[in-house]
Amino acid sequence: MNKFATVIMAAAAATLLVTACSKKDPNKTYVGISQVGAESDWRRASTKSIEDAVAQRPQIVMTFADAMQKQENQIKAIRSFIRKKVDVISFSPVVSSGFEDILKEAKKANIPVVIFDRAVDTDPSLYVSLVGSDFTEEGRRAARWLIANKPAKDSIKVIELSGTAGSAPAIERQKGFAEIIESTPEIKVVVSQSGNFTRVEGKKVMENILQTPEGKDFDVLFAHNDDMALGAIEAIRDVGKVPGKDIIIISVDGIKDMFQEILKGNANCTVECNPLIGPTLFDVIEKVKKGETVPPRIPSLEGVFDSIGGIEVGNEETPVQTTKITQEIIDGRAY
Amino acid sequence: MKTFKIPLRYVPIAATISVFCVVYLIGIICYDGFGVLSIFDLLQDNSYLGIAAIGTALVILTGGIDLSVGSVIAFTTILIAKILVAGGNAFLAISLALALGTLFGFCQGCLIHYFSLPPFLLTLAGMFFVRGCAFVVNVSDVPIKRDAVFDFVTDNLSISIGSEITISFYVVVYIVLLIAAIIFSQRTRAGRNIYAIGDNELAATLMGIPVGRTKIMTYTIAGFCYALGGVAFAFYLKSGYASHCVGMEMEAIAAVVIGGTLLTGGVGYIFGSFFGVLVLGLITALITYDGLDSCWSRIIVGLLMLVFIFMQNMITKISKSKSKSH
Repeated sequence: MNKFATVIMAAAAATLLVTACSKKDPNKTYVGISQVGAESDWRRASTKSIEDAVAQRPQIVMTFADAMQKQENQIKAIRSFIRKKVDVISFSPVVSSGFEDILKEAKKANIPVVIFDRAVDTDPSLYVSLVGSDFTEEGRRAARWLIANKPAKDSIKVIELSGTAGSAPAIERQKGFAEIIESTPEIKVVVSQSGNFTRVEGKKVMENILQTPEGKDFDVLFAHNDDMALGAIEAIRDVGKVPGKDIIIISVDGIKDMFQEILKGNANCTVECNPLIGPTLFDVIEKVKKGETVPPRIPSLEGVFDSIGGIEVGNEETPVQTTKITQEIIDGRAY
Repeated sequence: MKTFKIPLRYVPIAATISVFCVVYLIGIICYDGFGVLSIFDLLQDNSYLGIAAIGTALVILTGGIDLSVGSVIAFTTILIAKILVAGGNAFLAISLALALGTLFGFCQGCLIHYFSLPPFLLTLAGMFFVRGCAFVVNVSDVPIKRDAVFDFVTDNLSISIGSEITISFYVVVYIVLLIAAIIFSQRTRAGRNIYAIGDNELAATLMGIPVGRTKIMTYTIAGFCYALGGVAFAFYLKSGYASHCVGMEMEAIAAVVIGGTLLTGGVGYIFGSFFGVLVLGLITALITYDGLDSCWSRIIVGLLMLVFIFMQNMITKISKSKSKSH
């Protein structure tokens, strides 16, 4: 018994001693990053972009924490960053509410916070900048594409697979989409359910919807991300419908697998949501460490891709035309 | 030199406390920012689990098990959030949540006792049922609005020491509940009955111990603990969400096992689960400080549990052979 305990404690001590002991270097920038998780291709591409950006900047020392899509893990991680007295804290919140207290603690400790990808619904003075995509505009672009390519019917029924309930991308993409289709009364969203941004849940939820009366007669699937759309495409195929032809498939993200499906004709359009946030994020972080001012909102540059090309889906300020997907484009995609 | 001999029954809890102290010391030495005062951070971050684990510990001591922990906590948070948004005050929200949690525990206890249902299966059903109820309350997450009672509790009932340490009121609630649970399990007849039932239910029945009443009472108290843990979680995260705490029952059980309580019942101390929760929290915290992938904390917890289960097994065998030789 005593031997067991001693062995375990020795092993634990050895592991921790080997991996950890270090003191702070004043020339380096210590950054604490809390990422949502690794739930989708998009998220993994985002993490890889961050890791690549750090690899190219030797003066940055990053502590990375994966929250496994749980909010309490993020709060614990941010608290440990505060205790470690990092120079900058950066995170992408799993859900938008509930971060006020921990951000206040960071402010009290004089550690600036840069938020990336998703937004928090809290007092904006608690963080320096939000770097990431404009989710509302992504929803709007999807809707504009649909209006430009709507089938010639009196009533067009849309099934919406939304993202993680309570997350900024889910809320805003839904809002943007609804905002634009309001002016076209024949297009209506008849069902909206959450697939939690994962392929598996997208397929499961779609299978359930296809059993309902609304699921037997609809024209368009609008999925808040490509992974859910890809799962749903399998479900649609399983009931004998042809995705891409019987059902128009529109989603957001722009991952390679979705490009392949559009090229094959199984899907129609994907609105790019750029996960390659690493370089922009660390430029901002370095500026923040030096004490320079940064804009409170830094949007990403994104396009829209489909099988047709040349369709106008932007707005007055930022006109955007869709790009037709070819094999060359797929080969050149980073994610 | 006199060798210090620990009575056999205290060995598991002594082991837990030693593991905690050794790992804590390593943390202080190796990690910048982790100091003696970090124990307050651990309490701050893990009180909700600690409160729930007290309920789980009591249930496991009777030889049962409860899988509905995470669901009750999530239900509590979303209920409180929804009531506050609908205009009710925090006092009403919290009282209702505690009442419902206690009622749910009572129902589980009754079903388990009167119909002789296996606790694993019944509480599994309870877990699904309550999780579904939470989604009925609200599908998406609801931020917890602050109101007068809420602010009063948060601002006035938390203790601040210096600029870095806050002892929020839910930490105080946890410590108070822990002391009450320890006194209850060690010094009251009902507490001793729990141990007797867990050790050998048939013998307890033959001895005239009110098995049914005790078991139902245990599950009822457990339901109250989970709901109270949910209240603590709601104050901690300020967010109500039906999807919170999925799988948390497993963390509670792990904390109780690492704290030295035998899964078959009748053996263990509530005080042990306090350290079990702290060990769990400490491992996760140090993994984050180190920047290692968070999956390592689960691997280490799994291995630690294995060690403790082995240890408990050996102790049981040794104490059985000792009593035979009398």
